[in-house]
Amino acid sequence: MATVHRARQRVVLAAVCRNAAAMGLTPGMPLTQARAMVPGLDVRDADPDGDGALLQRIGRFAARRITPLVALSGTDGLWLDLTGAAHLHGGEHRLGAGLLRFCAKLGLEARIAMASNGAAADALARHGPERLTLCSEGEEEAALAPLPVAALRLDQSAANGMRRLGLERIGEMAAVPRGPLVRRFGRDVLLKLDQAFGHAAEPIDPIIPRDAPAAALRFAEPIGGAETIARAIGDLLDDLIERLREAGLGVRALLLLCDRVDRQQQRVEIGAARATRDKAHLLRLLGRRIETIDPGFGIDAMRLVAARAEPLGAAVVAGDLAASAPTADIAQLIDLIAGRIGTQHLYRLSAVESDVPERSVRRIAPLDMPVPWPDSWPRPPRLLSRPEPIDHVVAELPDAPPRRFTWRGRTHHLVKGDGPERIYGEWWKRSGERDAVRDYFRVEDESGARFWLFRRGDGEDSRTGDLSWWMQGGCG
Amino acid sequence: MGRALRLKRLRAEVRGIAAAGKDPAAVLPFGLDAIDARLASGGLADAGVHEAAAATQSYSDDAAATLFLAGIAGRRAGRRGTVLWVVARRDLFAPGLAQAGLAPGQLLVAEAERDADVLAVMEEGLRHGALAAVVGEVGRAGLTETRRLQLAAEEGGTMALLLHRWRKGDPLAEPSSALTRWRIGSAPSASLPVPGVGRSRWQVELARQRGGPGFSLLLEACDAQGRLALPALPSHRPDQADRTGERRAA
Repeated sequence: MATVHRARQRVVLAAVCRNAAAMGLTPGMPLTQARAMVPGLDVRDADPDGDGALLQRIGRFAARRITPLVALSGTDGLWLDLTGAAHLHGGEHRLGAGLLRFCAKLGLEARIAMASNGAAADALARHGPERLTLCSEGEEEAALAPLPVAALRLDQSAANGMRRLGLERIGEMAAVPRGPLVRRFGRDVLLKLDQAFGHAAEPIDPIIPRDAPAAALRFAEPIGGAETIARAIGDLLDDLIERLREAGLGVRALLLLCDRVDRQQQRVEIGAARATRDKAHLLRLLGRRIETIDPGFGIDAMRLVAARAEPLGAAVVAGDLAASAPTADIAQLIDLIAGRIGTQHLYRLSAVESDVPERSVRRIAPLDMPVPWPDSWPRPPRLLSRPEPIDHVVAELPDAPPRRFTWRGRTHHLVKGDGPERIYGEWWKRSGERDAVRDYFRVEDESGARFWLFRRGDGEDSRTGDLSWWMQGGCG
Repeated sequence: MGRALRLKRLRAEVRGIAAAGKDPAAVLPFGLDAIDARLASGGLADAGVHEAAAATQSYSDDAAATLFLAGIAGRRAGRRGTVLWVVARRDLFAPGLAQAGLAPGQLLVAEAERDADVLAVMEEGLRHGALAAVVGEVGRAGLTETRRLQLAAEEGGTMALLLHRWRKGDPLAEPSSALTRWRIGSAPSASLPVPGVGRSRWQVELARQRGGPGFSLLLEACDAQGRLALPALPSHRPDQADRTGERRAA
């Protein structure tokens, strides 16, 4: 199948499906030639407006569900700024795989790339070898080198000129001295290259949900001092909070955009664990980030956008006058600490239904309610998430606690021991664990030191483990 | 004489102002006469810094010191309070803490990389006043750092518990302005009539306290409510032999 549109006097292909591409059809080919190559071609009219609307809808969906910063990339792509958002969706790889599945359900064949800047991700998504490409920071040059020069979004004449010079790949182009390139093709080509390698910034123009409450300030004179910026933020907050109050909303994510006189944009994002419109609290969160704003030659406009807002009604004041004094709200403290060390570093620990100790704990958001662990055998307060091997173990098979072992260069003579507590491998998670068994022992040595050890295997059947001994925790 | 009295009154007034209206004398007792009677204030001051460290570099002693603080923090939090635990390494195992009286619903964990970050997050938590206690794991905290923590603890009325983890040499060798400094080591557990490990015992040493001498005691480890106990059969310790019956019941 192919869609067609009219370009000047000719009807040319706008897009082709996978089967058509396999038969040699490419976008931009005249329809008559395509018909000659594939006689039974199914031809439909292209619908650029409909495509654009669909793209906008997906973009808005992504802005609500994944990250507030979503921008259009050409007529057929989306940029998602995942800074600080990927871990909320289980990491970059899982997020990418989930998005591919989501697009497949919509009937779209998507290609996704994640890189440290928009240009590199764009190039890898459109021209990379895989449908899902993850490129970590610093690897852009290596990842982009084999891609065609066109992946840099050069204009047509520059791309043709490159081809005439024999520069087909980005790697070849990067190896050419910069001076002659600028003289021949202009500055733009090198700017695109620098953007792709992450040497030059490329601000994106986000599609924020249309109804996001926002406040804006324009300055007659560019500002740059920290106190002036703080005062401007205070004014913006007053304005924004008034709007939020009218709409009955509180902010969960706040975006401060500062436009500099040199057309660069500075961005500060803060998040709140619970919807709020407390000015003092938001001002404190933003105030700590002022030092991260680089005013350059001055800022001439500032915008404060409630990128994520949730309904927030009036709070109920306890009717009981005799009740104890109201305690300060922990949600504000969570925002303050998360702003200092990062959201992913503040969490509660909750139970997972798994007997394998390393897997029995998972992290949940600080305001969620954790599930307690079932009452079981004693567990140590300190756990080596990677068990360390111990040597020179003397133990009777199959299930007596060990008498002696050496760990970290010290030999422990054990006088007491509890066990074994047998934990079976979880074959439904990894097929290698089908027969695996761990026998756990809590042991105490002559000096009173208590440890939590395990042996791989049940001591009878060699399929259950190799009888090696491991240190897992200190019992205290 | 009159001058001394005036000074005393002034000191009390200054303490009251520094504690920002909260009762500066509120303490958390251990519920064990053997300890509480020997502490200058009859317990651990609610708004103050308390330090603990493992007696030796052993992983077991480290775990014992962890459980000792977990028990205190759990009892301080009660049923609805929250404890912020600032860690630098990722080897804290919450199921073990839950068995020492610090339930997962009371525990909020923050990860910071360097000592300076740990202390900064602790201060933040202490100042805010919404938490019951803040536990921080540090390698080193000197006089200045603990003094800052003490001021933050007084401001928020929150208990600060500082867990020194061994790096090089005795972690309690450095001076500090903590109200109490504890050294916890694991000791052989009670012999059971059957093979097995009995309830853990610790050698609990109060290395220093403000306004009183230190002491050292053999105690049974925290139970599921975070309470310590005196050993059941101290037949070789005549000064405690007559009280063992009621301690066991407590």
